[in-house]
Amino acid sequence: MVTITVDMDKCQHYGQCCFEADDVFALNDDGQLEYVKESDESRRADIESAAEVCPMQAITVE
Amino acid sequence: MAESVVIVGAGIGGLRTAEALRGAGFEGAITVVGDEPSMPYNRPPLSKVALSGGVHVAELEFRRKASVADVEWRLGAPAIASDFTSRTITLADGTQMSFDGLVIASGIRPRRLPIPGPETGRYVLRTAHDATGLRNYLAPGRSAVIMGAGFIGCEVAATARGLGCEVHIVAIDEQPMFRPLGAELGRGLRSRHEQHGVNFHLGRTVQSFLGGDRVNAVLLDDGTELPASVVVEAVGSVCNVEWLEGNGLDLTDGVLVDQGMVVDCEVPIVAAGDVARHPNSLFGNIPRRIEHWNMPTETGRRAGASLAALLRGQQPDPGPFAAMPSFWSDQYHHKIQSFGMPGIATSIQIVDGSPDDACIFEYSDDTGLVGVVGVDRTAELSPYRKQLLDR
Ligand SMILES: Cc1cc2nc3c(=O)[nH]c(=O)nc-3n(C[C@H](O)[C@H](O)[C@H](O)COP(=O)(O)OP(=O)(O)OC[C@H]3O[C@@H](n4cnc5c(N)ncnc54)[C@H](O)[C@@H]3O)c2cc1C
Ligand code: SF4
Repeated sequence: MVTITVDMDKCQHYGQCCFEADDVFALNDDGQLEYVKESDESRRADIESAAEVCPMQAITVE
Repeated sequence: MAESVVIVGAGIGGLRTAEALRGAGFEGAITVVGDEPSMPYNRPPLSKVALSGGVHVAELEFRRKASVADVEWRLGAPAIASDFTSRTITLADGTQMSFDGLVIASGIRPRRLPIPGPETGRYVLRTAHDATGLRNYLAPGRSAVIMGAGFIGCEVAATARGLGCEVHIVAIDEQPMFRPLGAELGRGLRSRHEQHGVNFHLGRTVQSFLGGDRVNAVLLDDGTELPASVVVEAVGSVCNVEWLEGNGLDLTDGVLVDQGMVVDCEVPIVAAGDVARHPNSLFGNIPRRIEHWNMPTETGRRAGASLAALLRGQQPDPGPFAAMPSFWSDQYHHKIQSFGMPGIATSIQIVDGSPDDACIFEYSDDTGLVGVVGVDRTAELSPYRKQLLDR
């Protein structure tokens, strides 16, 4: 199981994470980030990629 | 004996290449040489939240993968020369370091124009050190004169207004962000800045800085004199390649590499990040440098994999390099997002909204769509990005 945390004080809703793992991260109609907090182990590489490309380095993956 | 790699440049490009070397199974020693005193940190906030809130490098440091825990960092140590024949680099303190493989990730620095007048009070913005110095002068009642109306100039303008400064932007261009975005969107962004009280002096250049020990005013070519507590120079960049001279490389605009980020020479050498001039199969494989934050990650991944292969005596992956340049900018509460290469377009068309409001612009050339830019429309850009990836 992959656990995902986004520091919403840091997140600027740039949506870069969404392109790496669109099953986990999405911008809603108001342009705000929404994400699921847990995902399957098989998704780890893409989720780590999302953490890497986040301009605010707001995503923690455990 | 295990091979060793030296990486010059402790920025995001150097870090991502180190991680990619480990990811590709390279087990030898890696040393990263950096002229700044800090571990790799995130630069974009330096003109945005970190400039308004206060610059704390420790908070901007990148998280590093566990795989690079054994990398040696030689910080505060500029490389001043290199010799590919003997496979060595020389640091400013005279130390020589030898390598089997070399990574060029030394990035760029702001360009300085030779303008007469006092030096003190002039700032550029690339490093945390620059931002800390500049931050001290951004306060209510102070006047900031910003040279250059590109992204960094405009972001600093927005931040300085937020901090209560009087702000002037002086630029030769006809509209802010004209070269990357075109006249129509540039005008729309200018009106947002003007609503926030920024004064534009477009089509103008700075003739001289006035003052005694310290700049206190700026004289424009049309005779206008602007009060200046601080000057910010944001007029483009110069590549950090002086340390590579004498090795027969093409250094006309950064370091020329192939689709694997490999430098054409006898020795295993790769380049990544802002300094690398690389082909991109999404945009006709013409070698270009792209100063966007996502590119050091893309080029670094490829560079690390290529270098690991070369050091194993194998050929690097010959496949095309296809990466989507992505750029964002924050100005006031507005979010500008760009995908692709709008700057190379020959025709520009608004497809949604109006330039003064939330909007989307398409950028095309004779090959079709080459870029898309949205203002406060990030979520809606997805299909355009897909279209660009399928080019
Ligand atoms: C203020 C600012 C705001 C930005 N905002 C955005 C944005 O909103 N969106 C976006 O997409 N991009 C933005 N960027 C661009 C982005 O930050 C860069 O594309 C990125 O940092 C490039 O990474 P790099 O590793 O190639 O170079 P750098 O991060 O510059 O790293 C290179 C390192 O090498 C060091 N070095 C240079 N020469 C030597 C030498 N001879 N010996 C040793 N070390 C050396 C440098 O000092 C530096 O530490 C911004 C940049 C700045 C400065
Ligand atoms: S990339 Fe980072 S800043 Fe952007 S929406 Fe995702 S978490 Fe937020």
